[in-house]
Amino acid sequence: MTATSFHLTRSSPALSLGLVVALGVLLAVVIVSVLYGAADIGAATVWAALFSYDGSTEHLIIRTLRVPRALVAVLVGGSLAVAGAVMQGVTRNPMADPGLLGIEAGAALAVVAAVHFQGISSLAVYTWFALAGAALAAVVVYALGSAGRGGITPLKLTVSGAALTALLSSLTTGILLLDRRTLDEVCFWLAGSVAGRDLGLMLQALPLICVGLLGALLLGRKVTTLSLGEDVARGLGQRTAWVRAAAALVVVLLAGGAVALAGPVGFVGLVIPHAVRFFVGVNYRWILPYSALAGAIFLVLADVAGRLILRPQELPVGVMTALVGGPFFVYLVRWKVRR
Amino acid sequence: MGEICTERLTLAYDERAVVAGLDIVIPTGRVTALVGPNGCGKSTLLRGLARLLKPRGGSAYLDGRSIWRMPTRELARQLGILPQAPVAPEGLTVRDLVAQGRYPYHGWLNRWSEADEEAVARALDITGMVDLAHRPVDALSGGQRQRAWIAMALAQETKVLLLDEPTTYLDMHHQLEVLHLLRRLNREEGRTVVLVVHNLNHAARYSDHVVALSDGKVVAAGTPQEVVTSEVLREVFGVEAHILSDPDTGVPLCIPYALCENSNVRAPSMDSFAAPHTGHIHV
Repeated sequence: MTATSFHLTRSSPALSLGLVVALGVLLAVVIVSVLYGAADIGAATVWAALFSYDGSTEHLIIRTLRVPRALVAVLVGGSLAVAGAVMQGVTRNPMADPGLLGIEAGAALAVVAAVHFQGISSLAVYTWFALAGAALAAVVVYALGSAGRGGITPLKLTVSGAALTALLSSLTTGILLLDRRTLDEVCFWLAGSVAGRDLGLMLQALPLICVGLLGALLLGRKVTTLSLGEDVARGLGQRTAWVRAAAALVVVLLAGGAVALAGPVGFVGLVIPHAVRFFVGVNYRWILPYSALAGAIFLVLADVAGRLILRPQELPVGVMTALVGGPFFVYLVRWKVRR
Repeated sequence: MGEICTERLTLAYDERAVVAGLDIVIPTGRVTALVGPNGCGKSTLLRGLARLLKPRGGSAYLDGRSIWRMPTRELARQLGILPQAPVAPEGLTVRDLVAQGRYPYHGWLNRWSEADEEAVARALDITGMVDLAHRPVDALSGGQRQRAWIAMALAQETKVLLLDEPTTYLDMHHQLEVLHLLRRLNREEGRTVVLVVHNLNHAARYSDHVVALSDGKVVAAGTPQEVVTSEVLREVFGVEAHILSDPDTGVPLCIPYALCENSNVRAPSMDSFAAPHTGHIHV
């Protein structure tokens, strides 16, 4: 019934080698992303801009626009994919994703509210508001999803997430309708975009994302055990409450950091872990590092595609991921969700 | 070793006390069956013994130590629990599932050892899962799946094994297969086995000790001959039954034929859960 050959346990050497290959692919797509843009800049000039900078317009474009853009896509794609994988493992819910469960919407609302009420216009403080918003939304969606009889189920969690996302997004829209100035400042950001982010903002989000990624990788083995179910994991001697709390913290750091950088980019956290599982199996020790690399590759490619499709116009990367993720979501609902 | 007992154990979900002030002793190195009607508290009791449910009062003890005072990992090296109808993540292979049984032997750092490998190989061998080791658990039949989960609990190498309805959802053949396996684990390896089971004839045939629960209290406990009697069946299940003797083994066989009139066993309602009972039984 299922493609069993793909689910066989892969040996560690093959999987380690695969990570190196994925890293190479990531490097290649980053180079492609830096090479292609609105202005035609030759490979030699790009090289020179990186290693013998002379301050010319072309060099400036490479250094301040294209390189940060590619790096932001790497960070955001990796963060969201890992956050999604951790959420799917811990909640045993194939539809868990920081976008679908309202965590990104929470971070986005917090940022928009901060811009509107506090008049904060610098992107740099987005990070802290995004984190707080992500954390609050995570607490609310988890409380809603586990309320009532039978505790937390995939269906309840997903419905709670959808409801919360709708509520938070409409509040965000409400603020933007009332306040054109805020709208102008955050419009492109809100659609999910990796363009126009300066290195300063990246440096602020970087430590959070790094701590989140490291934490996720350390949790890998425990998430695998927890994915067998709460009672089984506790019977095996796991302190599940601690693992869940640590996982929630990791998700908030990664999703909050990603939203601060690029706005709410949907579906990366949903699609990538499933694709990765198809190749590496169900062990989170491998799912998590592969998700980080695959998510980064996916978002860089989505961003490049967004630049090419309507040239010279650009589509925000969030639109591109939704184009891929929407149909995939329907596929999951139809075939993969057991009640 | 591996002696389990409880002292005034009270277990509750929300405000409803399911088990109140229960004192029982599970005989060491034997197979014990917990039987009783739906909602009588047998699964709850098992969860309480395995530290999956925090007691409202009293405690469960393993070799004289309160299980709530033991480090989590240490308890998991001495006592294994197989919850009711566990579901493996899609695509998880039998071997990977069984390897999870080694979780309590690993900290943050130590690597997969020779002892781990041997424990997994032995568990696969005893349960007859060697040939299926590389198949995904979700692609197995119900009986094979249950054996895979039991193998995981075996790899945990605990002297006590608790199982919540391990035969439910299985056909007759696979039920016997699981029960034979559990008895072998007890006879050949001396493990203490406690299982929740619905079929009284299975309980009588495959266990040394039967505990009949009703409304969270022990109605009868002892050998199958002592517990599987018309009186106990009337009181616990509210059924009239003929009790025969198995021609081969002499263990009791029950054939229920009617519902008792004025039965005090009802469909489980809120009231029957809420009523506090105190059961005292010493074996």
